[in-house]
Amino acid sequence: MSNATQPTAKPDERVKEISAFRNALIRPELGGIVGTVAVFTFFLLFAFDSGMFNSQGIMNWSVVSAQFMIIAVGACLLMIAGEFDLSVGSMIGFAGMMIAIFSVTYGWPVWAAIIVTFVLCTAIGALNGWIVIRTGLPSFIVTLAFLFILRGFTIFLPQVIERKTIIGGILDVAEGDWLAPVFGGTIFKGLFVWLGEAGLIATFERGTKQGQPVVDGIPMLIIWAIALIIFGHVLLTKTKFGNWIFAAGGDAEAARNSGVPVNRVKILMFMFTAFCATVFAVCQVMEFGSAGADRGLLKEFEAIIAVVIGGALLTGGYGSVLGAALGALIFGVVQQGLFFAGVESSLFRVFLGVILLGAVILNTYIRRIITGER
Amino acid sequence: MTGNSKFHHGDPKGAVQPIIEMKNIEKHFGRVIALAGVSFDVKPGECHCLLGDNGAGKSTFIKTMSGVHQPTAGEIFFEGKPMHFDDPRDAISAGIATVHQHLAMIPLMSVSRNFFMGNEPTRKVAGISFFDKKRADEVTMEEMRKMGINLRGPDQAVGTLSGGERQTVAIARAVHFGAKILILDEPTSALGVRQTSNVLATIDRVRKQGIGVVFISHNVRHALAVGDRFTVLNRGQTLGTAARGEISPEELQDLMAGGQELAQLEGSLGGTV
Repeated sequence: MSNATQPTAKPDERVKEISAFRNALIRPELGGIVGTVAVFTFFLLFAFDSGMFNSQGIMNWSVVSAQFMIIAVGACLLMIAGEFDLSVGSMIGFAGMMIAIFSVTYGWPVWAAIIVTFVLCTAIGALNGWIVIRTGLPSFIVTLAFLFILRGFTIFLPQVIERKTIIGGILDVAEGDWLAPVFGGTIFKGLFVWLGEAGLIATFERGTKQGQPVVDGIPMLIIWAIALIIFGHVLLTKTKFGNWIFAAGGDAEAARNSGVPVNRVKILMFMFTAFCATVFAVCQVMEFGSAGADRGLLKEFEAIIAVVIGGALLTGGYGSVLGAALGALIFGVVQQGLFFAGVESSLFRVFLGVILLGAVILNTYIRRIITGER
Repeated sequence: MTGNSKFHHGDPKGAVQPIIEMKNIEKHFGRVIALAGVSFDVKPGECHCLLGDNGAGKSTFIKTMSGVHQPTAGEIFFEGKPMHFDDPRDAISAGIATVHQHLAMIPLMSVSRNFFMGNEPTRKVAGISFFDKKRADEVTMEEMRKMGINLRGPDQAVGTLSGGERQTVAIARAVHFGAKILILDEPTSALGVRQTSNVLATIDRVRKQGIGVVFISHNVRHALAVGDRFTVLNRGQTLGTAARGEISPEELQDLMAGGQELAQLEGSLGGTV
């Protein structure tokens, strides 16, 4: 029987060699890279003089992009693990409100309020995951329920406790706190002063801040975004756990048969998504100095769109954190760029819909190439 | 029993100790008796075929062997010692690997990531353990070459492989991770002619390494091509075990179908079944 086939296989004559170009196409980041180049080309051509590319302009769209990136990293890993979280936006509002209530209303030290909020929110993330695993229901439905539950509490709690829906004064209580600057501060201030003195970036020309740079440093929000992207990318592509994330999303049953702890992977990813939403919320609260009941509205969809533009498949098992980060960058640049270019802002939604559709079609095509299906 | 003298339970000349020996296994699900006393053993380096029609109890039996089900009655000896598997992990760590009909392969992932899924090699850098992709790729390419599959590269997705090649990857993986017994659940049922012969050649190669192969099938031709011994299951009972050369395909076919009905059918179809 053993001579029925050749023991040493030769290349199958019916498999075409794949060209290097086509091989380069098979990358989850492709859509993100193409989109980023296109978007920057467009705005460099049509909005260069608008101030979009001076230090303030760059800082403006960088901060917005970084916000998207923070939630996109969490959503990306969770989507690759085969699940969704629609409660991200409500989680942002809820986390911000909890910090405000703990620190302003109850007078806790801000660091304690932040830590307790992180614990509380990741626990809710774990609960989301646990319900999904236990009931076998689609995460779409379970987290949709939490979208309403968390948003409801975010509106209800401040009304009962403070008789208003926005709680301010967080910056006053955060004065001198050691943990608050990790989320709300800026770093590399010296570098920016030097850049201003060297005439490389704009400085204030009059007033009390004369001579100081307009942009005084890199906000911690951006540092968090970069750190989370690096963490997510390394976790996904360079570790054993990353392989489990792909496996859990690719085919949970096959992964279980091979000894991958699928339930643990999925629950941890729900917790990580909640963690990212909380990072977003804390940064936002520290920037605005207040928490509002309507914060984070629709963020879950924006995160998912950024992830899909970045090449992840909605069905799980395939995607890239770097792609998701590029998706978030496209998102931020276009949203702010249209403003700089003086385009009616409602057109942003039209753009979103178009790019989402384009990305999904491209991804489906790429998947067909990868799996060889027709 | 059928009274056919070619059949006997076990091998009378049994000089080699079986890796696993299962005696009078019974399994009841509530009022349903799925297995009513099945005896089966596997020796190193042999391919023991388990034949039976749909509903004969093949799946229940191998699930008992791989630790998914616990037998209601009966004994299991592993390498001569009484053994009790609480769950599949026990069986896997003892060296019983199952390649399922529903393959444990993920089409979107690369061959090397699939190969090491759940058993990833790691390398420590600054105290943090990372997935050792280089090693995983090298081992995968080497193992695939041994099995006669030429990959474009370790990053090639499993989705681009044919059904037979996927079976082979799954088998190579089980062998690499130290399987002593390899249970193949209908590995050829969905394959074409050429792919089937590839898988059968793989079984032969694995057997020569001293691994005991349990080959489940309802296709007599495929079984006869590689099998050393044949055990037929019918309605939850072993009808007997025969060695290679002692039994003809027609006799096996008859036993699987319970004899009578198929004989009539065969008559009307001109002996083509």
